Amino acid sequence: MSEAIIQVRDLRKVFRVGEVEVHALRGVNLTVPRGEFLCVAGPSGSGKSTLFHILGGLLAPTSGTVIVGGYDLSRLSDAERTALRRKMVGFVFQKFNLLPTLTAADNIAIARHIAGRDQDQDPWFRQVLELLGIADRLNHKPSKLSGGEQQRVAIARAIVNHPAILLADEPTGNLDSQNSAAVLKLLRDLNERLGQTILLITHDPTVASYAHRVVHMLDGRLMDAGP
Amino acid sequence: MLTLVGLSRGMLADVARRARGVGADIVVRPPGTSLIGLSSAPMSEKMVDFLLRQPHVTHAVGSMTHPLSGVTTITGVKLDEFERISGGFKYLDGGPIRGPGQIIVDNFYARQNNLRAGSTIRLLNRDWRVAGVVEEGKLARLVIPLDVLQDLTANTGKISQVWVKVDDPANVPAVIASLKAQLKNYPIYSMEELTSLISVNNVPGLQAFIAVIIALAIVVGFLVVFLSLYTAVLERTREIGILKALGASPAYVLNILFRETVLLALGGTLLGILFSYATRLVIMSWAPASLTQMIVPDWWGIAGAIALAGALLGATYPGWRAARQDPIEALAYE
Repeated sequence: MSEAIIQVRDLRKVFRVGEVEVHALRGVNLTVPRGEFLCVAGPSGSGKSTLFHILGGLLAPTSGTVIVGGYDLSRLSDAERTALRRKMVGFVFQKFNLLPTLTAADNIAIARHIAGRDQDQDPWFRQVLELLGIADRLNHKPSKLSGGEQQRVAIARAIVNHPAILLADEPTGNLDSQNSAAVLKLLRDLNERLGQTILLITHDPTVASYAHRVVHMLDGRLMDAGP
Repeated sequence: MLTLVGLSRGMLADVARRARGVGADIVVRPPGTSLIGLSSAPMSEKMVDFLLRQPHVTHAVGSMTHPLSGVTTITGVKLDEFERISGGFKYLDGGPIRGPGQIIVDNFYARQNNLRAGSTIRLLNRDWRVAGVVEEGKLARLVIPLDVLQDLTANTGKISQVWVKVDDPANVPAVIASLKAQLKNYPIYSMEELTSLISVNNVPGLQAFIAVIIALAIVVGFLVVFLSLYTAVLERTREIGILKALGASPAYVLNILFRETVLLALGGTLLGILFSYATRLVIMSWAPASLTQMIVPDWWGIAGAIALAGALLGATYPGWRAARQDPIEALAYE
């Protein structure tokens, strides 16, 4: 393993719900080396999704240090975090979150367009599509694709801009066991063949078993976060 | 809006065209009357004789215009004198008036009211037999002898205007100057002047009416776009969240919405143009005598700009909401 792509120190996140303060993260420390396939496992309400959102630049931390690809997210403005999402982070969601009116190809293309790279020729990406097994399904809209195919399109969209990290939040939560295994194998292939850093969040031990390393989260704290 | 502007212009153009169709060089109207008045007969018929005595005047014919309903009027004129100045009506069916209780209608009025020579029509509380159907474009849609209309409306010896023809068009300015010197306060126009004055700007209240229509168009455009985009932003909350998660900036989201808005405005303008053609077709089929609508290509750009202004105004708040959408909340939206 090489240098750390993610460094989290004493990360805290407090949500205010009316008069009540909810401490979602209570001092998280985490280091993820470049190229690692890490799984954050834990029950619902443990703070996994909050960590996912902060690492993805969707949410600002309350305190602590979060460095992703050399950028300290705790010091970034909304606009800077938006820019970071464009070039540093790829998301894979449980519900796929493809745009229903666009074809698979356009769902991938819009990510390139947002990143300002729609004119770039990228032969590497053709290989990725072959690897994902969706090269012949690109002209279909999400409603015409199976759950497994939709998730593979979502993965292709997530990595099309060569993100530093791929964040996957329960990526198999809406898939049957066969498609789940296929998607997880694909994620592992992406990690092993392309060196893609992946941070996967799940509560399922079977899913977690595909990762190099598993850290457990409970009540806003990581139980074992050492590399 | 295009239909209403087209109607305003079309009705005025129709008035001007029918005035030109008389074949006169000069028109003399009673003092204090508006250019396009539906008033009856405030001028003495003796004016015709006075005008006939003027140098270079070869013909003068008085006509009386009496309002019926809406913008429909009936005109009384001495038909033999009118024939001399205008060259006469072109009869498409039937012929000239040959007895009491007869009326001439033009082909537009005949089509709208399903009339032909020999038909009976009730106007001014009496029945009239249609003597002839004439080609439209001369004087009025309904014509009866002047003395009959004067009697029926208790305006004996009164007329609404006098149509004057001079021996040589080159003498028109001199005749007008002479008449203006003798007939103080009488509006006296050459036909060119008259037809150029029959415009939107010279009809009292029409400009204000068009301004109200424009304001309504902006309000309607605003409401339509506001409601449709507001609904679209709500319906697409999750999609906006996806775009923001992918790194779309507020400007990117706004750009998408404003492009849709521009498309809506352009589509609406195109529909408006097509609608104006459709309404003209309907008017020509069902009410050619009552209404005349023009197609107004010079207003297409104005209508487009107004639609765009209303639409952009309507898109502002939904766009602002979309741009400020929190991606996490949006992604959780069902």
